[in-house]
This record gives sequence, structure tokens and C-alpha cells, in this order.
Amino acid sequence: MKIVIIGNGISGITTARYIRKQSDHEILVISAESDHFFSRTALMYIYMGHMKYEHTKPYEDWFWGKNRIELKNAYIKNIDFDSKKLFTDKGEEIVYDKLVISTGSITNKFDWPGQDLKGVQGMVTKQDVELMEENTVGVTDAVVVGGGLIGIEMAEMLHSRNINVNILVRDNYYWGGILPKEEAELVGRHIAEHKMNLITKSELKEIVGDDKGKVKAIITKDGKEIKCGFVALTAGVSPNISLVKDSKLETDKGVLVNDYLETNIEDVYAIGDCAQFRNPKENHPPVEQLWYTGKMQGRVLANTICGTKTKYDRGIWFNSAKFLDIEYQTYGLMLKNPFDDEDTFYWEHPDGKISMRANFAKVDGSLRGFNFFGIRFKQTVADDWIRNKKNITHCISNLHKGFFDTEFYKSYHKEIVEHFNKVHPKDQAKIAKKKFLVF
Amino acid sequence: MKIIRNIGLTIFLICFAVFLSLPFLGKYKLTEKIFTENFKDTEQQKLLKPALKDFFKKEYNSNISFIKDYNKAFDSVNDEFKKNKEWDKVIYDNHVFSIVKNSSQGFVKDNVAILFIICFVISSLGGLMYMIPALFIKPIAGIKNDHIFQRGITNRGIIAFLFAAFLITFYIFIYQKPAYLSNWVLLVDGLSNTLTGTNASQWFLYGFLYCLIMLVMSVRMYIKYRDNNYQLLRTTSVLFFQIAFAFMIPNILTNLQLPYMDFKNIWPLDYSFFFDYRLTELASNGMLGYWMLGWGIFLIIIGVPVMVYFFGKRWYCSWVCGCGGLAETLGDPFRQLSDKSLKAWKYERIIVHSVLVFAVVMTIAVLYTFFTGSSTLLGVDTYAIRQTYSFGIGFMFAGAIGTGFYPVMGSRVWCRFGCPLAAYLGIVQRFKSRFRITTNGGQCISCGNCSTFCEMGIDVRAYAQNGENIIRSSCVGCGICAAVCPRGVLKLENLSEEGRFDAYVRPEEKAF
Repeated sequence: MKIVIIGNGISGITTARYIRKQSDHEILVISAESDHFFSRTALMYIYMGHMKYEHTKPYEDWFWGKNRIELKNAYIKNIDFDSKKLFTDKGEEIVYDKLVISTGSITNKFDWPGQDLKGVQGMVTKQDVELMEENTVGVTDAVVVGGGLIGIEMAEMLHSRNINVNILVRDNYYWGGILPKEEAELVGRHIAEHKMNLITKSELKEIVGDDKGKVKAIITKDGKEIKCGFVALTAGVSPNISLVKDSKLETDKGVLVNDYLETNIEDVYAIGDCAQFRNPKENHPPVEQLWYTGKMQGRVLANTICGTKTKYDRGIWFNSAKFLDIEYQTYGLMLKNPFDDEDTFYWEHPDGKISMRANFAKVDGSLRGFNFFGIRFKQTVADDWIRNKKNITHCISNLHKGFFDTEFYKSYHKEIVEHFNKVHPKDQAKIAKKKFLVF
Repeated sequence: MKIIRNIGLTIFLICFAVFLSLPFLGKYKLTEKIFTENFKDTEQQKLLKPALKDFFKKEYNSNISFIKDYNKAFDSVNDEFKKNKEWDKVIYDNHVFSIVKNSSQGFVKDNVAILFIICFVISSLGGLMYMIPALFIKPIAGIKNDHIFQRGITNRGIIAFLFAAFLITFYIFIYQKPAYLSNWVLLVDGLSNTLTGTNASQWFLYGFLYCLIMLVMSVRMYIKYRDNNYQLLRTTSVLFFQIAFAFMIPNILTNLQLPYMDFKNIWPLDYSFFFDYRLTELASNGMLGYWMLGWGIFLIIIGVPVMVYFFGKRWYCSWVCGCGGLAETLGDPFRQLSDKSLKAWKYERIIVHSVLVFAVVMTIAVLYTFFTGSSTLLGVDTYAIRQTYSFGIGFMFAGAIGTGFYPVMGSRVWCRFGCPLAAYLGIVQRFKSRFRITTNGGQCISCGNCSTFCEMGIDVRAYAQNGENIIRSSCVGCGICAAVCPRGVLKLENLSEEGRFDAYVRPEEKAF
């Protein structure tokens, strides 16, 4: 059986690797972006000079040959689902028995005037970073449109080249659509501390170019003009489905799939950023654009393709990010506001750069989730507490079991417990006695 | 701030240029007095004097021609003896280093104090002026790796190769031809007299430079990792052990006419620990000597395994060791240059364990000779084995390659490929230790910062992205992988041995 995977991102590659682990099927991975799999998450570090492209490849180049995973650098232009054939832009034909579509994302553009000027771009691919290298030569001021995770990354990239950064966000706070107010403000302060200009409640109206077709300014909806030589478009990403948009394959925002990652066409699957779940779990987004979920989906799909039909279950939500110098980890479903049946506990260090939040059920105090800023926390512990509905008082008392900061770090357990006891006088958390050294 | 930085760099470079020029400056004139002071044996004096007759009158403008003529004269005498088969008369030690050093006159000799200040004090201040403004240019603590792969010095540019060439040349001269560097050694004579009560040797200079470079480069570490207590403590620790244990204590012991000993240097890194002359010296110093010998053996047999069991080999390699200390300070800007390929790992295992075997065999041979008096073991000359080790491993590998290749192959070339003690510590760490780098569940995004900045060339990511803990014999526990991880995935820990190799699997995924 020949399995063809379009796209060599984490989802497609994980699928390929796990199919190989279980079977001898012929595997072909096609990508027009790069010859080999690399971590898209590390694109920013290439630009900032922390790494070179080679360092972003999780597997050495010989790995693919050794594991009989064939790689092909080509652009697929067309799919004939009836005859199970792919056509490249050079007219080459590729046949498949099973097809996995994992084409990832593209940058959102909302038909802004001037969005295709030189110096205006998003950051999703390797080519985007190469383009950014070109586009930022000699630039002194830049505007980042949209404050999400790619937004803050691009801001940091630009900042590393001493370019003045303006970040335009629609909400009242940075990433205000996702982060609770306190955390959003914390990040906002940190952005300001880095001398970046966060402009809230502001939307892009138009991008203005000079006579050479290069961006020279942007104009916001409230009429403000900001001079800039570079514009980063980071108002989210959406599934890259131009290949299958007008085909038999059912699509909405992304390629529609069921819980087994199957599309409406037999032997055709879609995973990762480009897939959209027909029936997402309550409160869960239909399109999951995360590294972790791509990996999990790849493993599930490999099982299904190899004959053990497996349902995808993301389990207890988790994620992490880094906002300039502040690390963020989250466990459980933590949105802007707690759910109606939840209470929230928030502690912040007086310096305003470290914080933690715990949401818990009003009824029985069972833990629903954590947000940590500037504190590293063990996933195993958080996952266990949320899964087993541990009481919030128990969790606060035992936070030290989950702290994951480097050795000799300053622990804020005492401060957190004191604050918790102050705002929840009924439930008194306690700190266990410290053990001596390693014992 | 940038101006201060550039001024600092300029000052440093000027001082460095002055330092580099010193071996080529000054005049050299050998007097009979100097000659007789160095050749105390009157028989040898008598034999050599006729050949050096012309030499005494002549003043040289360069040490190169001075050394050339001196060696020529010296060899001519020996050649004569050899030709006549008068083997008992052949003179083996030509004392060229101290002859040249004592014959130095003029500029350097006359300005030792001021040159000391320029070469060591002002240059260090220049270096600090270059580093400290970082606190103001980038006032917010955090990972500062911007542009590392965009600058020649940290990305194998021409300047990096020049620096490597300089380091290698330095090691070749200090080990093999110290006479040419005698003017440098003159600068630290004063300090040496204070500490040890004798004039400085090239090794005193080397130890002094080692400490000074570590001290200055520690400031860089303190600034770069100021928000990371593990790095701050670790840097302080290596610095303390270098200055106190490797430099001050041994020199003070010398001053007290006691055996020279670096109490933290452990065989087989300290490969000459069981050499005859050292054993004899320890044995002739009564209880103290025997205690020193016992301490050394205690470290090998009990100290290493017990400490590695509880803390991993990091307790030594990145908290105590001098080689590690230099790698973690001077070498830190180059850590990212280590080779992470599987091939490199294969070579690493073969080479480092071969060196360990070599060190053990060499020591057995040396001890065999020490106890039996027989100079051959299984038909091989034990002295030749020892010489081969000293030259090949002690000088070439540990020195010239180990440090010389910092700017090309990263900061831990010796520790990774060559150090027999690291191999020993590593075996314990791999099989019987509580130490591991824990991976935080499924949070890894495979970005590769950890692998890139691992000085030991461990592909940390390969483990982290599978939710596996990192347990590798080579890991020196520097903690940088955990520091550079943008997702808080890694933590160096000493935990229960049980389950240290288990990978994390989320309950949802246990089904498949």
C-alpha cells in the first residue's frame, strides 16, 4: 500500500513516522516548502540568530532514507480523488492508495488595501523568514498587526534587530480574546518594558505604499497614521486548503473531518492545522493549530491507517508560549473568563512579572485548570489534579510538587498560600514542611 | 553605552597587542653569572663553558636568534661527546627556559610592573567595560542569544579560526617551547615570589592566566544568566575551585616546601598522580604526604561514585573541575558549535573510552615499574607509554585541541571526546545515579534550542520531544538546555532512581 502525505509539518511527519513504526507500507511525503522536516516553531530563532536552519531539523537527513520514508520537494496542484492521483505543477503524476492532507496554515489577510505591498507579510513558512530577512533591511520602524502568539514572536524578532515595534491589537489588552485581563495586562506591561509600543483598541484600515510599491505607513480605523517600513500580518492563521477548495472534498474553514480524522472521501484523511472537526467537543475550537495536537493527531491517524481504527481524543488541554522573556504554561481549559460554574483564584508577584491562576468548580472546589506566568509547572501533576478533580485547597497546598523551575529558584509557594487563605478564608491551605536536601 | 563598549574593546585589544609583542621585545645577554646559576653542576659548567665563550660577549636583539645560537653551542658540546661515545658526559637538561628568562634585558625587564598592569589589569578592565554595558543595553533579564549565528567569532568565521590558531600556538609554545615566552613569565615573577617563594615558571603564568580569564569571563556569565540561580551558583563554584584549589593552595604548599597538590584534581584526569616522582615526593612527606595520597585515592574509589550517585557527574564537571571551569566561562560563547550528529556521538564513545583504557593501562605500567623496578612490562618500555600519554593526551588532546578548538568545535571538545575522568564519571551517571534531566510531559515543541546550546553535543530534543528524560553519560549538567528552553520543558533533578528511564505518556495515548 502506498501512503502519500502532502505537507511535511509536525502532523504529516508524525503520521509517517508512526506508520513506519507499525508497518511496511510505502510512504511518500511531499512538500514544496523544504526538503526535510524542520520545526516551524523555531522560525523566529533563525531570524534572531539563536539557531541556523540546520538546527531546526529534529532528525538528521539520513533518518528518512534509513526509515524508508520517501521525501519529495514538489508542489501539488491538483488531486483526482476518483483515480487516486496527484498532479504536480510540473505535470508529474503521483498515485496513492491512501492520502493524508496536512498542508498547514496560511496567514490571514482581510482584504486590507495594500496588503500585498512589498514589506507586508506574515510568518508561517521558511520562505516567510527568508523574505523577512530581505524585507527588514534598513527598516527602522515596523507595525505588527494583531497580537497573538505569532504577533509577539514577530515583535521580538524585529526588536532583536533594533527596529521600533508598534503592535496593533483590536482588544483592550494584548491577546485579550484569550487571556484573562490580569494576565493580558501583565504581558502588556512586559511589552512596554521592552520599549515596544502596544496600541490597543485599534484596527488596521489600510496599508500605504510608496511609489516603488514598498510599504511606508499604515492607517488605523480611527484615522491614525503610523510610519513604518515593515508590516507583520499576524491576525491569526487559517487552514491552507486552496488545493482542495473546489473539489469533491468537503471543506468549511478547513477540510472537514470526523473524530477519526477521516474526510468525506474514503482513504483520504486530513490532520493538523488544515483540518476542521465536524463535531468539536464543547468549548473546544474546531480547528486546532497547535504543535502538540498535530503530533497527537498524527499518532492516532497512523493507527487508523495501519488497521487499528483509533478515535482522536485530545484529553486535558494544555499549552505553553513565551512572551518575550516571560514563559507561560496553561493546563485545563482556561479562557478569558472562567466558566459560569467556576470560581477563580489569581496571585501575582508584586513585581508584576510572575503570576498564577487556578479555576475551580464553585460546587465542590475541584480544580479545572491553571495559568502560570514566569513559573514552570509539571504537566503530570496538573493533568493528574484536573483529571481526578482534586480540591483547590489541596492543590494550592501542594503546588511545590509541581513547580518545575530550575534548581535554586525562588519559590513563591508561601506567598501564594497566604494570598489564597486571605481571599478564601473558609479554605485554609497549608505548606508541608520542607524536606532536607534530596531526601 | 555602545561607546563605552567599543572603548572597552579597543582598550582590551591594545593591551592584548602589547602582550603579544612582548616575546619579540627586549635584548638578551647571557652572562657567566647567569650561566653558573643555572648550571649548578661544576662539572657541567666546565664542559660547556668553552663552547659558550663567544656567546657570553654577545648581545642579542631577539630571543629567536639567542635561543638558536645557545642551542647550537649546547648541542655542539653534546655532539662531540656522542661522537666520542662518552655517554656519561652527555648533558641532558639545557635549562634553556631559565637561561633565556634570566638573560632578558631592556624594555620588558625594566618595565615589568607597568607591563603587568597593562597586560593583565587594564586589559581585564577593558574586557569588563565591554561586558558590563550589556546590563544597560539589554536591561531585562532573560535569554540573550541574539545574533550568535550571525557573528563570525561565534559562528566559525575567519576571526574564530584566527582565535583558534592563536590558542593552539599558545599551547604548543607553553608546553614545548616555553623559552620563547620567557618575557611573559617575567611579568608574573613578582606574584610568584609572593605566593610560592620562587621565580615563576611557564606553568605559574599559565595558572595565573587561567584564573584571570575565568574571573573576567565569569562576569559575563553573571550578567548573561543573572536570572538563573543555578548558573550563578555554578559559576561561583567553578571559579572558587579554580582560584583556591587549583591555583592558590598548590602554590602556597610549594612555598611551605610541601608537595604541590591540587586537591580537587582526580586521577585519571590528573594522569601523573601515580607517577614515581610524585609518589616518592608524597612518601617523603610523612603523615601529610600519606594523607594526600589517601585523599586522592579516596576521591577515585568513593568520592566519585557516591557524589555521582546523588548529584550526577555535574558535581565535578560543571561545579568543580578546572577544565570545565574554563569551558563554562571562556568557552560559553562557543558552546553552540558542538557537533550533535549521531556520528559524532559514536566517535565520542569510542574515543573517550579508549582514552580511559589508555590512562588505566599507562598507570598500571607506571606502577609496575615503581614497585618492581623493571622498566618493561610485557616487553614494552613503561617510560615510553607514559611519555606517549603525556604528549598525546596531556598536551595535544587536553591542551592544544581541547582548548584550541573552542572557537571551531565548541567548548567541551576535551571533556566530551578526551577526558578519561569524564568517561568514568559518565559510566556511573548512566548506570547508577539519581540525576536526570526531566522532560515536562508533552510540552516540547521540538524547537531545538536545547540541542543547539548543548556543549556536549547531546541531541536533547530527541529525548524531550518524545517525553523521555535525558540520561546520558556525557551530560555535564551545565543546565543551559533548561535555561534556553522557551517552554519550560527541561529540569535538571536528582530524584529517585526508579523510573528515571520511563517516558511520559498521556493517559489518552496509553491506549495506542
